[in-house]
Amino acid sequence: MSDEHNGSAVPAPRDEHGEVIGVRKGMFGANNGGDTSGYGGLVRTVALPGASSRPYGGWFDEVADELEGALEEQDLLPENVIEKTVVDRDELTFHIAREHLVTVAKTLRDDPALRFELCTGVSGVHFPGDKGRELHAVYHLRSITHGRLIRLEVSTPDDDRHLPSLVPVYPTNDWHEREAYDFFGLVFDGHPALTRIMMPDDWQGFPQRKDYPLGGIPVEYKGAQIPAPDQRRSYS
Amino acid sequence: MTTPHATPRATTEGTVYTVTGGDWDEIVENAAASDDERIIVNMGPQHPSTHGVLRLILEIDGETVTEARCGIGYLHTGIEKNLEFRSWTQGTTFVTRMDYLTPFFNETAYCLGVEKLLGIEDQIPDRATVLRVLLMELNRLSSHLVCIATGGMELGATTIMIYGFRDRELVLDLFELITGLRMNHAFIRPGGLAQDLPPGAVDQLREFVKTMKKNLPEYDALATGNPIFKARMQDVGYLDLTGCMALGATGPILRSAGLPHDLRKTDPYCGYETYDFEVPTADSCDAYGRFLIRLEEMRQSLRIIEQCIDRLEPGPVMVADKKIAWPAQLALGPDGLGNSLDHIKKIMGTSMEALIHHFKLVTEGFRVPVGQAYTAVESPKGELGVHVVSDGGTRPYRVHFRDPSFTNLQAMAAMCEGGQVADVIVAVASIDPVMGGVDR
Repeated sequence: MSDEHNGSAVPAPRDEHGEVIGVRKGMFGANNGGDTSGYGGLVRTVALPGASSRPYGGWFDEVADELEGALEEQDLLPENVIEKTVVDRDELTFHIAREHLVTVAKTLRDDPALRFELCTGVSGVHFPGDKGRELHAVYHLRSITHGRLIRLEVSTPDDDRHLPSLVPVYPTNDWHEREAYDFFGLVFDGHPALTRIMMPDDWQGFPQRKDYPLGGIPVEYKGAQIPAPDQRRSYS
Repeated sequence: MTTPHATPRATTEGTVYTVTGGDWDEIVENAAASDDERIIVNMGPQHPSTHGVLRLILEIDGETVTEARCGIGYLHTGIEKNLEFRSWTQGTTFVTRMDYLTPFFNETAYCLGVEKLLGIEDQIPDRATVLRVLLMELNRLSSHLVCIATGGMELGATTIMIYGFRDRELVLDLFELITGLRMNHAFIRPGGLAQDLPPGAVDQLREFVKTMKKNLPEYDALATGNPIFKARMQDVGYLDLTGCMALGATGPILRSAGLPHDLRKTDPYCGYETYDFEVPTADSCDAYGRFLIRLEEMRQSLRIIEQCIDRLEPGPVMVADKKIAWPAQLALGPDGLGNSLDHIKKIMGTSMEALIHHFKLVTEGFRVPVGQAYTAVESPKGELGVHVVSDGGTRPYRVHFRDPSFTNLQAMAAMCEGGQVADVIVAVASIDPVMGGVDR
């Protein structure tokens, strides 16, 4: 197989083991008895795409080489900084160790061969099943000079939700980090004023986390009770 | 709790704290000692010229704004959270309500993301893609018209407001003709469109282009060279290229600083690379430059709309994969757009399999392979990015919208501080924030 992956159009091969984020059991969301479909015993592992190996294809290799080179110049071992590199659906993702996030972002912004000038903010994702790495912060960086887009992903454990703030590098992340704090409880160390931005200041809890309920009340429609959206049957 | 200013006292009702002390005295003293002219003003959240429920907190010294901050979140409706409890197709119904002035951009960005996750980008029929471009460019016109109309009204120029809403009405009539609704369409769906153009739509589109070509120069004649208009707009809301890049400002704000960055050109989607249009820029970095850019973008949108009409070839508007394509075609009934009675007759009367398929797809939806994707479109306000994450289920695991209004609004402080109070209105209007998009 590996001989076929030299062309840039061929997707990079994947690790067999992706990042397991959960296990899906059964089907049709029937969890409490009464499933006569025969699918009740179905068990499937849910895994995010795993690390890719070289070559990544297209300009992905160039960006990865330049980034690794620039990190080595700063006396950092790339394998300590970049936990893994994922190529999936024509998108390049660097998983960065959180203590090195600011260095990496600064390098990506300032290195003439990289020049990712524009950060489009941070998006939080909560994976309760990804033990030890429950909260992910996802950054998308755009290079206007080179016309490229990459993704940085940083994960933190749920009991230590700290990661460095990127506001000193990309001031645009000011509100975006406040939003991620507001919704996920991610604490961006070094942010100038990390306060809630959407929810009221005295709000309890972090609404976008998976353990935070959607809420809602059942409504009556044509004589039948329709449960609240988060209480309805879900097709797992 | 014991502090020098709050002494506790036990009563039969529980502990009572009597709050006294120097804190208030200090505040009063400081206030008396400071400059009398220094005032903190709350503008909004319901001031009509703040584009919805935006709260501006201004510290002013006489007529000069020394500090400006935004308070947002008054229109937060938890759309991103709600999406996680509906099927992928139902998601369009929610995202269309985010930035309610640019519904087709929200829908397209979201659908492109879902399609990327599904890996069906190449299977979207050409007609669907052309119609998406057509609808987006019509929408760009209506959004810019609102921006110019309300921006003019805030300056006291009510004529331009009347002009803007007059022309926007023409666009909304087309939306109503094509989708059945004037806003909140949920018309663009993962895989294609909800339905095809109704009969007669192409003629009406051509008629519209003709009317707009006549109407657009009126804005030029009324405002572009108007000395009062220029005096209010020029050098107001100044933000140069460095500021734009640092603050992540995109769209007309970035282009008014001279950088021709437009995702339709730099990172094309929906086949924009095959259309003939130009990206206008200005080098004035101010509100007037942004006004001129919006005006020119409307002309360019008209050009794209004409090309779209010429390109329309008969064909399907939904992917061929029946496991993704919504089974029912909509039809216009006596009470508006709704289920096609012919389709219901077919599945209820003639085909058990079609009924099962319809039921499964509508109640359960389709599964989307595990992974994440980021897609971005050039909305009238700038880069509208969508980060979609799937865990392989029938519902989105996480959808995050990078709304340009949200990001651009951060530039408000940089544009307003040091200027006049009256110029705050102009600067905010030139950002064109829509709170539905900011707060989501």
